[in-house]
Amino acid sequence: MKKLINAPDAVVRDALRGLALAHPGLAVDLENQVVTRAALTPGKVGLVSGGGSGHEPLHAGFVGYGMLDAACPGEIFTSPVPDQLIEATKAADQGAGVLHIVKNYTGDVLNFEMAAELCAEEGIEVASVLVDDDVAVEDSLYTAGRRGTGATLFVEKIAGALAETGAPLAKVAAVAELVGARSRSFGVALTSCTVPAAGKPTFDLPEDQVEVGIGIHGEPGRRRVPLASARELAEVAMDAVHGDLPLEGELLVLVNGMGGTPLIELYGVFAEVAAYVKGKGATITRSLVGNYVTSLDMQGFSVTVCRLDDDLTRLWDAPVSTPGLRWGR
Amino acid sequence: MAAGAWLKECARVVAAERERLTGLDAAIGDADHGANLDRGFQAIVAELDLGDEAEPGAQLVAAGSLLIRRVGGASGPLYGSALRSMGKALSQGADLSTALEQAVEAVEKLGKAVEGDKTMVDALRPAANAMALAVQEGIGVREALDRAARAAEEGAAATTPMRARKGRASYLGERSEGHRDPGATSAALLIRALAATW
Repeated sequence: MKKLINAPDAVVRDALRGLALAHPGLAVDLENQVVTRAALTPGKVGLVSGGGSGHEPLHAGFVGYGMLDAACPGEIFTSPVPDQLIEATKAADQGAGVLHIVKNYTGDVLNFEMAAELCAEEGIEVASVLVDDDVAVEDSLYTAGRRGTGATLFVEKIAGALAETGAPLAKVAAVAELVGARSRSFGVALTSCTVPAAGKPTFDLPEDQVEVGIGIHGEPGRRRVPLASARELAEVAMDAVHGDLPLEGELLVLVNGMGGTPLIELYGVFAEVAAYVKGKGATITRSLVGNYVTSLDMQGFSVTVCRLDDDLTRLWDAPVSTPGLRWGR
Repeated sequence: MAAGAWLKECARVVAAERERLTGLDAAIGDADHGANLDRGFQAIVAELDLGDEAEPGAQLVAAGSLLIRRVGGASGPLYGSALRSMGKALSQGADLSTALEQAVEAVEKLGKAVEGDKTMVDALRPAANAMALAVQEGIGVREALDRAARAAEEGAAATTPMRARKGRASYLGERSEGHRDPGATSAALLIRALAATW
């Protein structure tokens, strides 16, 4: 394993130290691993998310104006614990209640549920939205349900923009649900990632094969197929998305890098995705290309599509100022 | 009754088996099960009074709370709730078999898993049943615990051909078949540690 770290068990803490020093707009509690805005807005609905580390800039990199009020990074690929979430929720509660944005994984769901119960007992109004956009997982009785992946960014951005307008908790929660319901994702990996504590790649993937239908934790995908061109792999991903939620109307599209793929390749993939969308008669009206919801050093990409309407487009365009996403302000 | 000795043995066994558990998790999960449990049980040994004077039920409740606060993931809340339920039952005067039943029910309820889902329940449910049956037959607690530990080990081994229906391994569908479940494996280790120390 070759990594720029001091020690495998110090990776999360060291990154948070750096985050705090690089971004004075954030308040970082290193002891409890909670990241909040340095200045919270009284009377605004608070947005709290969290999850395992290793997906940077998600979630801590999306704390700031127009997105989250607080984020709780867990250990690498391990959900945060209730104590962190309770502290973040208390901080984010500025009198208008708090929305928990939870990616659908067993651990995240259990820890957020425990925290929400304890916060409710203390009189904080908490609503939760579960993000489950990954069509690679069959949503059935025989799985833990779809995973939350790229759509988490859409939910955090759009719900965050609505919260800035002073909207009440029920409306912020409703738009978060709406974005989740209108979004789908699919991912492809060229390599595994290496978890620092494990010291070696989570899975072995031969040079001439790719994993199709991967998540964001180095878990293997649904199947292996021979390495193919960007066009063919984009098509595999888009067929899966389109098969679940037909592409129509105006779309927001994220071509997301898994952490180890250069931008030049991601833009190549975006070109193929755009051609695919055009072929289906839909229009990409908003887009994002880059590493946003990553899986450590994994090579590969995921594509997330959200069907927009005028309100969602306006909220997407609203100013945002976070370490990971910034425009219009 | 020595809850402290059991918890120390859990910490020792989990540390010794850390790499194996993480390896099993790498195959069908996210390669952190060993590291996470190790962090939790090391915290229990470092921070709690595990002496013989303390009340066993209270010790287990404290240990469960610490797992919930330190481990994260699914295994933190699941094992944490199990220890808390077991401790509460013991504090209320329940025997060990009843307390174990309470622990297993807590995991089943929180994780919404049943036998055959390829989870820790596949080791825990047979263990609780074997223990209850042995007690019914009038067998001493030591022998009953040994039967529980064997049932847990057999249950964990039986997860290998299963297709996962809960947790992260379920994302793999049929590709989860042929891999032993890390949660069932660690559960069997903890039950064996119980048999060795209680």
